[in-house]
Amino acid sequence: MSISIKDLPDFEYVLPGSAACAGCPSAIALRMVGKALGENAIMLMTPSCAVASIGPLPKSCYSIPVLNVCFASAGASAAGLAMALDALYEKGRLTGEKPTIFNWAGDGGTYDIGFQGISAAAERNDDFIHFCYNNEAYSNTGMQRSGATPIYAATTTTPLGKEVHRKNLPLLMLEHRVPYVATASLAYPTDLIRKVKKAKDIRGFKYIEIHAPCYTGWKFPSSDTVKMSRLAVQTGSWLLWEAEFGKVVLNSPTSLLAAEKIKPAPLEEYIGKQGRYAHLADSPQKEEILAAMEKEIRRELKFMAARAEL
Amino acid sequence: MKKILDTGNAACALAVKAARVDFVAAYPITPQTSVVEKLAGYIAEGKMNAKYLPVESEHSAMSAVAAAAAAGARVFTATSSQGLLYMHEILHYAAGGRLSLVMANVNRAVCAPWCLYVDHQDAVSQRDTGWIQLFAASTQEIYDSIILAYKVTEKIHIPVIVNYDGFLLSHSMMPFETVDQDIIDEFLPPFEPAWRLHPQWGGTFGNVTPAENYAPFRHSLAADIRKAGEVIEKIAREFEKLTGHWHGGLFDAYRTEDAEFFLLSMGSMASEMELAVDILRDKGIPAASIRLRVFRPFPAEELSRLLPDGARLLVFDRNYAFGTEGGVLLAESKAALFNRKDDIKVVGRAVGLGGEDLPADFLAEKAREMMEVLK
Repeated sequence: MSISIKDLPDFEYVLPGSAACAGCPSAIALRMVGKALGENAIMLMTPSCAVASIGPLPKSCYSIPVLNVCFASAGASAAGLAMALDALYEKGRLTGEKPTIFNWAGDGGTYDIGFQGISAAAERNDDFIHFCYNNEAYSNTGMQRSGATPIYAATTTTPLGKEVHRKNLPLLMLEHRVPYVATASLAYPTDLIRKVKKAKDIRGFKYIEIHAPCYTGWKFPSSDTVKMSRLAVQTGSWLLWEAEFGKVVLNSPTSLLAAEKIKPAPLEEYIGKQGRYAHLADSPQKEEILAAMEKEIRRELKFMAARAEL
Repeated sequence: MKKILDTGNAACALAVKAARVDFVAAYPITPQTSVVEKLAGYIAEGKMNAKYLPVESEHSAMSAVAAAAAAGARVFTATSSQGLLYMHEILHYAAGGRLSLVMANVNRAVCAPWCLYVDHQDAVSQRDTGWIQLFAASTQEIYDSIILAYKVTEKIHIPVIVNYDGFLLSHSMMPFETVDQDIIDEFLPPFEPAWRLHPQWGGTFGNVTPAENYAPFRHSLAADIRKAGEVIEKIAREFEKLTGHWHGGLFDAYRTEDAEFFLLSMGSMASEMELAVDILRDKGIPAASIRLRVFRPFPAEELSRLLPDGARLLVFDRNYAFGTEGGVLLAESKAALFNRKDDIKVVGRAVGLGGEDLPADFLAEKAREMMEVLK
């Protein structure tokens, strides 16, 4: 499936007037998702920046129907809606093509408070796409740590840097044996759009996690969201892969990094630009910590490359 | 019409089937379990044309039916005790969202300590979530209340809980009469809401609101639930006309003629209360039973109308309103009668907690204790 940016439809999910910060990765990602999914869709949102930026009633910056659900509800609400629509279409009470149902949730609504419901929906293979825009913290409430916050990153609740590793949620979702799981990046829009289009055409549970560098939380210039996304992938800090029915394929450039056909970008170039790691710059353990982070990147790459062999 | 002998849970499941529900999501909990097992069975056997979502928790059950209701499906869930408590957040969400939902709550005590048997602490703890709450006292009333609840919720867009006592009603067999499908279909045509969560309708649901939008939503919910009593009574009369089934309006009253002492309760205890009234009457005490069928909205004016000048109201609560002198019905009754100028008196006791047995002679004895207090 070859995708060209200039052939994408003009249709927009995010209308002018969104209250999102300039350079917000959620808004950028949602625009791309909209171009892949089209108008016949219903979006469910859990409390997050994406909800806070809708704009107050009766206005909405989103052009499609939205259901704002409670924080732990995404998995069950999307499942209930999908199944109820199946019932209404089968009974002829609704006609035409069933809309695509998708969740738009942050890492809080996915990794943490929402995980039980999402895990259960995945296990049942309910028919919707769960998108996690992962900004690696609770950005909406002002940057508290989440299960997706990487080790050493400072947040308002880990002011000295996080002491433990993040969860590998895409991998956990993969091992729910669902039809489709993918990771994506704002810096690789054609890869992202291709993955969303693929998910749209598969019945059952689909999980797509989009890496979403948040400039207010991570503390980098607001013009650098996409640059930061690209560095995350080029350093191997964020891996691009997808899996149809459990068969993992690494996507470029992660596949090239794994095959050692290209060298990773220097990690310092990525984390050195982020205020959340500023405490490392003056740390006497700086070299030791950088080496540990690089080792972890190599471990993850090796692990996913081996998983792709299965 | 067919007379059958079965449990309260069976009556509930049969009513849900007869209501042609589109979507069920539920998580099993004692003593609700056989309701959802029966529904899963009906659907699997093709006896009921609906989808069943076996969720992993009650929070998810309510999250699922709320979203399904937003799409305009006719939905059902059932729970008990801790399950109802776990749903609490989404109960507020569903009522605030003016979603049409029906849930059965098979009343059971709450922990700690753990207890499997009946009291009403689970239901009264949801008092201020904005749901209508009905209490049934027989298998027949469970069946009829489920059907009635759909008519009510689809008319006024306020969700309804049908409560009935765990084990005493859920698991005891009693004869009841099912209603013919064509009569139910006439009473309850397919749900066609004015708006659905769907691209054909558009719009956002549950948006962020400033006070000037939020407050009117809350005021209108408060006003509409107050008016719901009238709607419930009217729909109960309509159902009576079609089926002959009548359980009382907002209250079911027993031997109120010339009564001085009125024994107020709800649920299965209120059926036993009629026997307690007979015991008291045999001793020459002018007692009556009034059974509250509609806990929310609380029928304050109707209660006052039922009680003559100088009446003595004896309130039997199967729950506590902790931090007050007794249970929730006692506090509600006192508030309802506060403006009375006569020397009406109200006293109450919390009884039957955790399934404590309530035979008629015990209830009659409790009533006499309360009469002593009022002397």
